[in-house]
Amino acid sequence: MRRILCVAIPERQPMDHLDTLEAESVYILREAFAKLDNLAVLWSLGKDSNVVLWLTRKAFFGHVPFPVMHVDTGKKFKEMYDFREHYAREWGLNLLVEPCPPVEEMDPTLPPAARSAARKTAGLNLALAKHGFQGLIAGIRRDEEGTRAKERYFSPRGEGNRWNLKDQPPEFWNQYMTSFPPGTHVRVHPLLHWSEVDIWRYTQRENIPLIDLYFARDGRRYRSLGDQDITSPVPSTASTLDEIILELETTRVAERSGRAMDHEAEDAFERLRADGYM
Amino acid sequence: MAPRSSRPQLKIVIVGHVDHGKSTLVGRLIHDTGSLPDGKFEAIEAMCRRRGMPFEWAFLMDALQAERDQGVTIDTTQIRFTSGGRDYVIIDAPGHKEFLKNMITGAAMSEAALLLIDADEGVREQSRRHGYLLHLLGVRQVAVLVNKMDLVGFDAGRFGEVVETYRGYLEGLGIAPTCFVPISARDGDNVATASRRMPWHQGPTVLEALDAFRPLDRPVDRPLRMPVQDVYKFDARRIIAGRIEAGRVRVGDEVMFSPSNRTGRIRSIEAWSVPEAPREAHAGQSVGITLDEQIFVERGDVMSHLDDLPVETNVFRGRLFWLGRRTLGLGDRLRLKLHTAETDAQIQSIERVIDTSDLGSREASEVERNAVAEVVLRTRGLIALDEHEQDPITGRFVLVEDHIPVAGGIISMEGYPDQRELITQRSTNITAVGHGVSRAARTGRSGHKGGVLWFTGLSGAGKSTLALALEARLFAKGYEVYVLDGDNVRGGLNANLGFSPEDRAENIRRVGEVAALFADAGMIVISSFISPYRADRERARHAVERLASNGEGGLSFHEIHIKASLAVCEQRDPKGLYQKARAGKIAEFTGISSPYEPPEVPDLVVRTDLMDVEECLHDLVAYVEQHFVHQR
Repeated sequence: MRRILCVAIPERQPMDHLDTLEAESVYILREAFAKLDNLAVLWSLGKDSNVVLWLTRKAFFGHVPFPVMHVDTGKKFKEMYDFREHYAREWGLNLLVEPCPPVEEMDPTLPPAARSAARKTAGLNLALAKHGFQGLIAGIRRDEEGTRAKERYFSPRGEGNRWNLKDQPPEFWNQYMTSFPPGTHVRVHPLLHWSEVDIWRYTQRENIPLIDLYFARDGRRYRSLGDQDITSPVPSTASTLDEIILELETTRVAERSGRAMDHEAEDAFERLRADGYM
Repeated sequence: MAPRSSRPQLKIVIVGHVDHGKSTLVGRLIHDTGSLPDGKFEAIEAMCRRRGMPFEWAFLMDALQAERDQGVTIDTTQIRFTSGGRDYVIIDAPGHKEFLKNMITGAAMSEAALLLIDADEGVREQSRRHGYLLHLLGVRQVAVLVNKMDLVGFDAGRFGEVVETYRGYLEGLGIAPTCFVPISARDGDNVATASRRMPWHQGPTVLEALDAFRPLDRPVDRPLRMPVQDVYKFDARRIIAGRIEAGRVRVGDEVMFSPSNRTGRIRSIEAWSVPEAPREAHAGQSVGITLDEQIFVERGDVMSHLDDLPVETNVFRGRLFWLGRRTLGLGDRLRLKLHTAETDAQIQSIERVIDTSDLGSREASEVERNAVAEVVLRTRGLIALDEHEQDPITGRFVLVEDHIPVAGGIISMEGYPDQRELITQRSTNITAVGHGVSRAARTGRSGHKGGVLWFTGLSGAGKSTLALALEARLFAKGYEVYVLDGDNVRGGLNANLGFSPEDRAENIRRVGEVAALFADAGMIVISSFISPYRADRERARHAVERLASNGEGGLSFHEIHIKASLAVCEQRDPKGLYQKARAGKIAEFTGISSPYEPPEVPDLVVRTDLMDVEECLHDLVAYVEQHFVHQR
């Protein structure tokens, strides 16, 4: 038996930077699906988690073969809720909407915005307990913030969903930690190696739908979407994808600068993450 | 400047002994290339002032509170900067021995490395170990930076000494560093711009050294390797998914999956939301393919072309670094992960432990934490792999213990044969003899088709009892039927085989081949063996299907699970074997000290713990009449 060679060998299509990122993320999503029982993906409705859903459909040939969970603080922008309902239907998602406990129940020693953000962690932990997910896919990136830079693609969480960043397992050669002692679960981070501008370039190339709040209106736009009361727009005139990308090529303002909780104390964000925040 | 997303990107790692200045260099690189976000420099300045200390570049990287308090980088962080039209992702790997696993995490994903040595302290333990690990991890481009030249008065002589010592070491490993650069990371000498304090240095700056690194080529021209990640049946398509690690594949290519050794032809390359369906795919792409016909393929198989197959083996040599908290010993059993395959493995021998400080080696019976050693590994089943020299990705493995990766290593087959030759390849000068009597003619005379009823189950489940009773019942009904069991096989055909895992596998392989021949002769064969491993049963199935595909079809293989719980079998214990196994008198007894892998999708399950013999026989006879009777 001999392999039949094609008559003409077409010119090799080189993979560009976005192709490389996509292939890596697809590989990670497939590993998670193959190895983890009871998997779900977090959907914050923002640009990053939209890319995660898109990559999921790439990985599974148009399907999203696990539940899509929105941990809802109840304080998102109306545009976000409209977006959620529309695309959950259009993409045929198995959508789970999970509520968050009131702010009064959160650690009072946290600064105000971090305390508000802690609701999401609490809501997430409740949802995890309710559904017993072994794996949770989240669209965080290393370049967003210092502690996220230290993450693994497959990041185990111990009792109470805590992240032990000082003793993370080694991760190399695409061999991820895919089995766990009882009582633990894993966060899967398929976008870890992407940058903010990669997300925008890919959104543009793939024509991925997006909430309008990212585009400038009256000289301001949102670079990052959180709760209405703790997220502020940044000054910008970028009203198209091209303009946003151009803006990011030249800006030196940090992406999460509009997120109040990141700036309240040196370690506020780290404390949130150790407790299970994305 | 080209837009960021279309600019090339290079991943680099910065390694070296603790306190030799890695984090400082990173801070300096980011600042000097203008890659810092606005306000970050000032924020760190203010923080240092608050703490009453001089400006510390390393704080840029050490974003975590815990690190600032301890003054040590704990984990791998990644930061980007741009130079010479290229984006760099730099990974600040820590030098503390304690954090070797993090250094490995960082270095393994890098295309090139900067290795720092303190000019004053000179070459230290971790300088050597990191150099060795870069070599093991496959990082081939290394620039050596001799840092803190300010502490030695920018002395060319001292620089020369360090270079001499370290160059000799690297040459012993077969690494030729791209360059040596004398620097002062704190002050920026020879980092972004040439130092006026070291006019004697004629070589490149750090940025020039970086720009000399080349991105790694994707191995598109090597033999095709696609480890199967999964098989999807979300819709009408049955898609085999995986990443092509080497080579390329086109629609229409004939491919083989190892070690299941099935072949098929690529019908399509599937993709979602692309302008047109691809006709070709190559190394680096995560793809999905469909085949012309449905063959059994599973995660861990490697897809290749037929003329360049991977090695099939259950034993190989590994050169590994050991990260486990305990020492690694002879006979230890661990979980082996190799591309997408996963299996149990045992340390069959520890050949030598390598001293990374002088590259010497010594005999040893165990491997200490963070040491490098050469071992021989034996896996439970056959796996498809390559020698690391042939293909780095299918030629490396990770060992896992208690869920945690504890070792990584590269593969050599030196002294061990490719078992594909031994097990599956038939001599090329034997042409299958076309039988003068057709299968249809045989069926027409006997009134039923040939095939194999493969009984599998625990010892004591009732396989032999049912096999002999079924044989008698079917014979009485006029079937051509024969039982193969330990009694008639062990005495002759397999008289030379013992009970080691290899011999057991070979025992089952021969039974499978003989059963296939009997079936081809038109008989119904009932084989009655524990056959605990799925892989062995799959091979038996394959033996029948191979013959079936040579003729006009009509042969079939039926996996029948003769099932009773372990407790029931142990209670029955007709031969007293469980008792002996519990007493430790029988090693590797299935169900007690050796695993039983139940069929995933058996053709029939016979519950001997819920039904009596007559009920079981009734089900079996009904099954045979449904599947074997020739429809006239």
